[in-house]
Amino acid sequence: MICAIGLLGLVLLMVILIWQAAGPSIKAFGFSFFFTREWDPVHGRFGALPYIYGTLVSTLLALLLAGPVSLGAAVYVAEFAPRKIKNILGFMIDLLAAVPGIIFGLWGNFVLSPWLAGSLEPRLEHYFGFLPLFRGPATGVGMLAAGIILAIMISPLITAVSREVLEIVPASQREAMIALGATPWEVVRRAVLPYARTGIVGAFTLGLGRAIGETMALTMVIGNRPQISASLFAPAYTMTSVIVNEFTEAVEPLHLAALIHIALVLFLVTLLVNTVARLMIYLMNRRVKKWTV
Amino acid sequence: MFRKLSLVMLSAFLLLLPLSGCGRQAAGPPGSGGKTVLLNGAGATFPYPLYSRWIDTYGQMHANVKINYQPIGSGAGIEQITKKTIDFGGSDAPMSDAQLKAAPGEILHIPTVLGAVAVTYNLPGLTGHLKLTSAVLAGIYLREIKKWNDPRLTALNPELNLPDQNILVVHRSDGSGTTNIFTDYLSRVSPQWRERVGKGTAVNWPTGIGGKGNDGLSRQVQANPGAIGYVELSYALLNNLPYALLRNSAGRFVAPTLESITAAAAGAAARMPSDLRVSIVDAPGENAYPVAGFTYILAYREQADPDKGRALADFLWWAVHDGEKMARELVYAPLPPEVVTRVEQKIKSISWQDKPLLTAKE
Repeated sequence: MICAIGLLGLVLLMVILIWQAAGPSIKAFGFSFFFTREWDPVHGRFGALPYIYGTLVSTLLALLLAGPVSLGAAVYVAEFAPRKIKNILGFMIDLLAAVPGIIFGLWGNFVLSPWLAGSLEPRLEHYFGFLPLFRGPATGVGMLAAGIILAIMISPLITAVSREVLEIVPASQREAMIALGATPWEVVRRAVLPYARTGIVGAFTLGLGRAIGETMALTMVIGNRPQISASLFAPAYTMTSVIVNEFTEAVEPLHLAALIHIALVLFLVTLLVNTVARLMIYLMNRRVKKWTV
Repeated sequence: MFRKLSLVMLSAFLLLLPLSGCGRQAAGPPGSGGKTVLLNGAGATFPYPLYSRWIDTYGQMHANVKINYQPIGSGAGIEQITKKTIDFGGSDAPMSDAQLKAAPGEILHIPTVLGAVAVTYNLPGLTGHLKLTSAVLAGIYLREIKKWNDPRLTALNPELNLPDQNILVVHRSDGSGTTNIFTDYLSRVSPQWRERVGKGTAVNWPTGIGGKGNDGLSRQVQANPGAIGYVELSYALLNNLPYALLRNSAGRFVAPTLESITAAAAGAAARMPSDLRVSIVDAPGENAYPVAGFTYILAYREQADPDKGRALADFLWWAVHDGEKMARELVYAPLPPEVVTRVEQKIKSISWQDKPLLTAKE
């Protein structure tokens, strides 16, 4: 109990300290900090909008890319894979989930970016160029690269947790469904997935948390340009990246305060996203209960 | 058994030998009371490899002086010296008037070595070095010149076959002294740049993508044909990156070399103010390379602790004389003699209770 309160106190203390250190920036920009696109350390004008946008869009992209793949992998490993493959695959996925971000970053920089610039992006532009999403010069660094790197980083995590959740679905659920004459796919879709729904959303929330907080891997592939662009090929910037990039050489007090202000915003965004995820789990549970009653 | 013991004693003796030898050579000043003096420094990352070599070599000669230097960035170095949590700071850019005013005492700027910025590019099949003027470079970074075969570029490089290709601008994404020198140069030569962007360790870039660190930036340049970027000179030389020749104030196209950078400092020595805070971009001189800058050690003129102050002054004195000789080997440009004489006066002015701490030097 003391530990729990201590932990809470630590978080509170952190928020208060960040708040204080961001003081000059909060005083200078107030709420407009959230809506300003400009980031000009030389003239002392700061706004967080491109960074908030970059963090949210890269995270969303990562979830869109990683979600179906991880869920599919988890279902295959938990339900369909033969025992031998299951063990090996499960072990490998757990291993992947533990690889540090910087290694993904290096890989992204040396392998992924050149491949994107050389083959994927020109092809996307050729076939889907009518969408503004896939227009612009293909440099291999930008929002798309960031989304893919993040997706690769979070999918082992989502897969590993989802698999655990699927495996603890009681055998009675499956047996009941099979007894009704369901095909294996129907068993998964009608009995296993609904039962494990809460846990799977939890797995996605964990992945989301890792995606929002990821710093080094993203910094190496996102292009680091504070802009809001419709194109996924264009460089962008995230909140974590700008902090790690500019903190060491931020000489002006206002610049430093603005960076800490970004940290505060990141704190808020993380809190908000997690709250929404919690709320989703809660609403889902209620609906499931209503069905079962 | 005895052989082993004698071996241990012999090696111990050999280890102690250089220490006692150099104690005599140092003739007293630093910590002559036999007490160990600990100096803490922190700041710029750019000179860190050289400083750690200096500290190592100096430490071998002065067993009773321990020096730490943490490469945490110029901004942090300035902040910590202002708060007096360290004994000396390191910064690639001189402190501003406002920052000096915020400090609780007079801070001296001691230039130690020079850095420079090389413009690198990725144009496959190009033979010979690209030539650039300040106006064209500013034009590229302002996105006014968008193609490699722009008339302004081909006019400067008639002998090169520049391709019909878009220019991809790459800049540093992290705050950096290199960016500071580069934007200082563009601000000095281009009024438009000064107005729209200005100079600083991080600026609001009109165009381009950002790479983290010299290595991140040069990787982006290598990966994208048609890219242009700027890196710290030693990085360009050690990695054999292609570099552009820049036109200096005397109208000559100069390659970035250690000699041309020292020449820039020599050319700028005449316009150095008494506090040595000076930008040497676009310096006068036949052979001066235009994008260079000093890196500084920051220290209080009035020291709180006489032992520490004496040790610091002695170390700095040693650094700008004997230490400079190691600079070239680690690809730093040493200070020209014109600047060393100015620095000597600064080091001599380091004092305790208004009494200079370095008396023995002439």
